[in-house]
Amino acid sequence: MSVQAWTFVMVGLSFALYICVAFLSKATSTKEFYIAGGRVSPVVNGMATAADWMSAASFISMAGLISFMGRDGSVYLLGWTGGYVLLALLLAPYLRKFGKYTVPDFVGDRYYSQLARVVAVVCAIFVSFTYVSGQMRGVGIVFSRFLDVGINTGVLIGMGIVLFYAVMGGMRGITYTQVAQYCVLIFAYLVPAIFISLLMTDHLIPQIGFGAAVNDGSGQYLLEKLNSLSQELGFAVYTSGQKGTLDVLFITAALMVGTAGLPHVIVRFFTVPRVSAARSSAGWALVFIALLYTAAPAVAVFARTNLLSTISNAEYADAPSWFTNWEATGLITFEDKNQDGIIQYVGSNSAVENELTIDRDIMVLANPEIAELPNWVTGLVAAGGLAAALSTAAGLLLVISSAIAHDLLKKGLRPGITEKGELIAARISAGLAVCIAGYFGVNPPGFVAEVVAFAFGLAASSFFPVIILGIFSKRMNKYGAIAGMIVGITFTAGYIVYFKFLHPELNSVDHWWWGVSPEGIGTLGMLLNFAVSTAVSQMTPPPPLEVQQLVESIRIPRGAVSS
Amino acid sequence: MDSGEKQRAYWRKNLTYLAILLGIWALVSFGFSILFVDELDRISLGGFGLGFWFAQQGAIYVFVVLIFIYVALMNRLDRRYDVDDRDGSGS
Repeated sequence: MSVQAWTFVMVGLSFALYICVAFLSKATSTKEFYIAGGRVSPVVNGMATAADWMSAASFISMAGLISFMGRDGSVYLLGWTGGYVLLALLLAPYLRKFGKYTVPDFVGDRYYSQLARVVAVVCAIFVSFTYVSGQMRGVGIVFSRFLDVGINTGVLIGMGIVLFYAVMGGMRGITYTQVAQYCVLIFAYLVPAIFISLLMTDHLIPQIGFGAAVNDGSGQYLLEKLNSLSQELGFAVYTSGQKGTLDVLFITAALMVGTAGLPHVIVRFFTVPRVSAARSSAGWALVFIALLYTAAPAVAVFARTNLLSTISNAEYADAPSWFTNWEATGLITFEDKNQDGIIQYVGSNSAVENELTIDRDIMVLANPEIAELPNWVTGLVAAGGLAAALSTAAGLLLVISSAIAHDLLKKGLRPGITEKGELIAARISAGLAVCIAGYFGVNPPGFVAEVVAFAFGLAASSFFPVIILGIFSKRMNKYGAIAGMIVGITFTAGYIVYFKFLHPELNSVDHWWWGVSPEGIGTLGMLLNFAVSTAVSQMTPPPPLEVQQLVESIRIPRGAVSS
Repeated sequence: MDSGEKQRAYWRKNLTYLAILLGIWALVSFGFSILFVDELDRISLGGFGLGFWFAQQGAIYVFVVLIFIYVALMNRLDRRYDVDDRDGSGS
């Protein structure tokens, strides 16, 4: 069977599975809609969290990014996993004990302020929309390359599926579909990785394979081979870093803290039955995430080595079929500058001119074909990419719908709304959110990647300090929290907007403050937030007694929350 | 001990655990994988430099272990101070 036929089979089977699961887990109350009734076991919740968290960016883009960045790619590996330690130790158990539905709920109650709640709602909605449009775009890429249906139809099909189970099942439906999606995506990621590891190094486990010797009889280590290939072609040495140390430090920290501050991740820990379950659930989530994240750098090295050894200095006329297929999508472009019919793919340190540009996002999807694996593996990878994108999109839509129905309507504009009315409002806003996300998927703003950095910086500089201080400091009051959030966000957003949108020509290490790139500035924004909120709260009256009691009660697993 | 004093003792113990575990977290991620990566790369672990291995593999394993150590420590602490929520008295 052809790649396309296999893709239809794999994608069709996986979609049928999600729809069955969604049917079996319909939500009937707001508690089931927002937090799955608070009865999900920690392992299941961990798996759902992993699927929720690992988006099209993790599945499709990350290994590609790493394979072009070499050692510097570890900012993503460290940043997107290290945040779970912060979540498990500093946030999840206390927010579970607090036991409401959303992050703005916590901010509003802890800081006894409607203003703080509204700021949190706006941040939650902004962060989530940013993410969701990126996911829809990922869905479109997979559909257009493998199913030949056009990017817009692809987005529409993806929207339809998500709409179906997110609107019907709420968090309950989403949780169990996400478990199914995790299984699909991890299988789809590991199968080609294991295949390629066996082909190149004879090691079954890719995590070991990429530090092992290549099996071409030379006895050379794979990483050595890649380093020498890279140098020969004028690229930087793979295992050495190019970015400044301080910048790497700041980017890693911003991604870690941003991860811990993302509302769609935090809300997952409201769904488990107990405080102790919230702690272990974060651990399970990281186990499931680590399965993919430790394989990704291996995939990056395999793909890079294969790419350099098959494409560089090959005759253009003999280029393999995957090359011409991707060329048709415009994601690979070749321009024969010296008219010799040979593909010169070289780095900036080379004497000859580079003639090939490759979009980083295609590396994972093209990898099975580059390594000449059977067609069904390629179909499986396409289904995995869709699973990653859809599961994340669904989780985000739920945050948006609960922010609107619960935080804005129930807690703000229409406090008298009935349970049934709130559930209807939640479903309608989920539906609307899918449509808006679909619009951005079809007409993507040209700056999706930039905006994602923005979302992390924003979460790091706003939510994270406010929640941490809300738990660990009884003295922190609403003046401090609001002042801190405003200073943190304004500083971070200002820095990013200045370099990314107003003066992109100045966006280089010579102009950055202390060599910190806009991706890493969220860390500084977070530190500023901590400093400002602590200072302001010292100068203003302490929070009311009942808020101090609330803080005491969320620190202890047993007992009811006083508020 | 009265209950307020007990709660404070429980919380202090929790903060001690946090300080130690987050110290290890910072050492492995910011220390081994970023600040001292070049020094560690001189030691090799199979085909990996040790620093490169920590940056792209090892740190993630350490993160997983840290969380489960914290889970175990806190479950023990909850029982010792009789504040666990396992016996149906929780919220």
